[in-house]
Amino acid sequence: AYIVKSTNKDELIIHLIWCLYSSWWGGVQMGPPDPILGVTEAFKRDTNPKKMNLGVGAYRDDQGKPFVLSCVRKAEAIITSKQLDKEYLPIGGLGEFSKACAELALGADSEVLKSGRNITVQTISGTGSLRIGANFLSRFHGGPLDVYLPKPSWGNHTPIFRDAGMQLKAYRYYDPSTCGFDFKGALDDISKIPEQSVIMLHACAHNPTGVDPRPEQWKEISDIVKKRNLLVFFDMAYQGFASGDIDRDAWAVRYFIEQGHNIVLSQSFAKNMGLYGERVGGFTVVCNDAEEAKRVESQLKILIRPIYSNPPMNGARIAATILNTPDLRSIWLGEVHGMANRIIKMREQLVAGLKKEGSSHNWQHVIDQIGMFCFTGLKPEQVERLTKEFSVYMTKDGRISMAGVTSGNVGYLAQGIHAVTK
Amino acid sequence: IVPLAVSVNRFEVPQAAPVAVFKLSQDFSNDQFPQKVNLGVGAYRTDEGQPWVLPVVKKVEKIIVHDDRLNHEYLPILGLPEFRSSASKIALGDDSPAIQEDRVGAVQCLGGTGALKMGAEFLRRFYNGNNNTKTPVYVSAPTWENHNAVFANAGFDDVRPYKYWDAENRGLDLAGFLGDLESCPEHSIFVLHACAHNPTGTDPTQEQWMQIADIMMRRKLFVFFDSAYQGFASGSLEKDAWAVRYFVSMGFEMFCAQSFSKNFGLYNERVGNLTIVAQDADNLKRILSQMEKIVRTTWSNPPSQGARIVAITLNSPELFSEWKDNVKTMADRVLLMRAQLKAKLQALGTPGTWDHITEQIGMFSFTGLNSKQVEYMVKEKHIYLMASGRINMCGLTTKNIDYVAESIHETVTMVQ
Repeated sequence: AYIVKSTNKDELIIHLIWCLYSSWWGGVQMGPPDPILGVTEAFKRDTNPKKMNLGVGAYRDDQGKPFVLSCVRKAEAIITSKQLDKEYLPIGGLGEFSKACAELALGADSEVLKSGRNITVQTISGTGSLRIGANFLSRFHGGPLDVYLPKPSWGNHTPIFRDAGMQLKAYRYYDPSTCGFDFKGALDDISKIPEQSVIMLHACAHNPTGVDPRPEQWKEISDIVKKRNLLVFFDMAYQGFASGDIDRDAWAVRYFIEQGHNIVLSQSFAKNMGLYGERVGGFTVVCNDAEEAKRVESQLKILIRPIYSNPPMNGARIAATILNTPDLRSIWLGEVHGMANRIIKMREQLVAGLKKEGSSHNWQHVIDQIGMFCFTGLKPEQVERLTKEFSVYMTKDGRISMAGVTSGNVGYLAQGIHAVTK
Repeated sequence: IVPLAVSVNRFEVPQAAPVAVFKLSQDFSNDQFPQKVNLGVGAYRTDEGQPWVLPVVKKVEKIIVHDDRLNHEYLPILGLPEFRSSASKIALGDDSPAIQEDRVGAVQCLGGTGALKMGAEFLRRFYNGNNNTKTPVYVSAPTWENHNAVFANAGFDDVRPYKYWDAENRGLDLAGFLGDLESCPEHSIFVLHACAHNPTGTDPTQEQWMQIADIMMRRKLFVFFDSAYQGFASGSLEKDAWAVRYFVSMGFEMFCAQSFSKNFGLYNERVGNLTIVAQDADNLKRILSQMEKIVRTTWSNPPSQGARIVAITLNSPELFSEWKDNVKTMADRVLLMRAQLKAKLQALGTPGTWDHITEQIGMFSFTGLNSKQVEYMVKEKHIYLMASGRINMCGLTTKNIDYVAESIHETVTMVQ
């Protein structure tokens, strides 16, 4: 019932009709559930005590519990004791954070940092960084607004770039016959990309496949990308998390810069610091010189302001405290190493378990792949069975989050995978 | 051989102008004059001129830090459920029939800006057909300077002003406002300031809101409230939400972008909420599902710290009470500064009328100083205010109010 202030009968009737039949939103369709986050929601509804959530990429300890890093707790205690105010951050975020963020990726001795020819802004984790980057390229990139993603790539890459007004294309990456890198296919496709297009590279721990190029392969990719004069967009969401070593995981990014690529780079601290919900990330543009960097910075601010004005403090403050306090940084490096190691161990145990079950398949790729995710090679029907019969939740593409595997459930997982693949 | 850089000047990137309000703060920072006063940026200050972390916020932050059950996991895409529901209740009232009818939903966003952004993106896609790039969006003349950019960036090509401020009479141009409502294209979107209009501090009266609502209902105009100062304006949550609640009771399907930056002092934690009032639960469900898609490609899921602080506070009777006291403390200090500034100007015999200083409400006051006078204030008196003549009342303290009053007096007499 609506309160209508009118005594005019016609007006009342018209209003009633309008109320009964019209809503602004009558034509709004129900949106499809997000494939990745939807998996967790289905998992929550399942009552099977043996259920496993291998969907979203959030680290779990060996008890299957979320892990708050001790360096994070220590940093939080320090921050609380400082009794800081809550004044707005600058549009580009917390300066100490952006600086440390760039150093982490590029290396403290990077010529780029010394010459000040990078601009690094704090962003809303990896997604926010990619979105700002996409918006920036959409507005300022002089070349074709085509982004070439590896096939496959993180599901959210496509809608992010599309929403920003860019077109999505692909280059071969994953070889399903080997569950490894299709090096020849990648080089072949990249060599045909129109000049000045944008190419997206996963810096390490490729999502969703876990398949990374080897250094010699990165070198050839760099060469061909240079020949084609492509703009490189690195997505680095797992620095430290892949091999356990911060510098090793940033090798490709640093190599490309040394080779003269003026890259753009997205970083996330969701996984490597366990700061998922605090939304901590960075976006970097490597420019020709400091003057160009200043101009780019001014335009990034113009892009950021109408989206969220300025970024959230809490997570950036935690990350900056950790990175800039030697003791905490040490602890952090150890904890990242620990997380990466546990995952490597689970990979090994899964393969051992599958062998024990009597699987005749070759599961070497489970060990060769790196980072949080494993592209099992399971087909959609097998995934469906694994979910329905064993309550093991994963994405349809056969991707599992190794972080959800524990020494307590790896045997059960091996059983399930063997059952649907024998 | 070290290869040269791959490309030269791939980006044709011109230097962009800095955002005015931040440049003002920067100039103030660089100024060495001992009696300088910053009446620019929109954040609360104590009588010592310091930022103020609300006591209730400090308390709740301690609770959070010591609660081992809490972690840093991702929030759901639409945000912390207990934040969303309690925040909407603040805007609409605990006993809101719309909430009871299950037709109110919300999206936790990054501050008020983020809430406006999400609402704008949704409207552009779905409001009146599935491409609203040409649908006019009306913002008040003047308005918060970021309104234009938020809607333009969301894809609206036609962002226009509606008459609002009557500079001559220093009040609301009601006739102009109503006239624009009558003459605009049907289905236009209107951004309304729920209370404490930024930058003028001039709000419609209840009777005037009723007139505005009537026309908007009749002409099928979309109601998009921007509520950044609830509680902060009058000191009363209910009073400051009157317009929003009236429009809900009229039966509008509407959006309300809420900010908790000022009333919780949580500026840098980016706590906002887009409250959605739909016709029914089914509509709401579909709307929220599409909102999720928009959120996912912008920031995936919102930051947890600020939302937790607000949710814990609003959901505990004791803490909620303490918060309301903190809010009243801020609102009362602003009201005191308004009263004192007006009194001092009148005592000085400053030319002009100064009633508008106490008639206006909230953080800001449109002094009526023209740009030449503003320039004089900044350059000669080292008092920093926006070129529009807008001052932030929070920048006034018992220690600087005499200097400010005298400076205004001097400026108005010397500069025309």
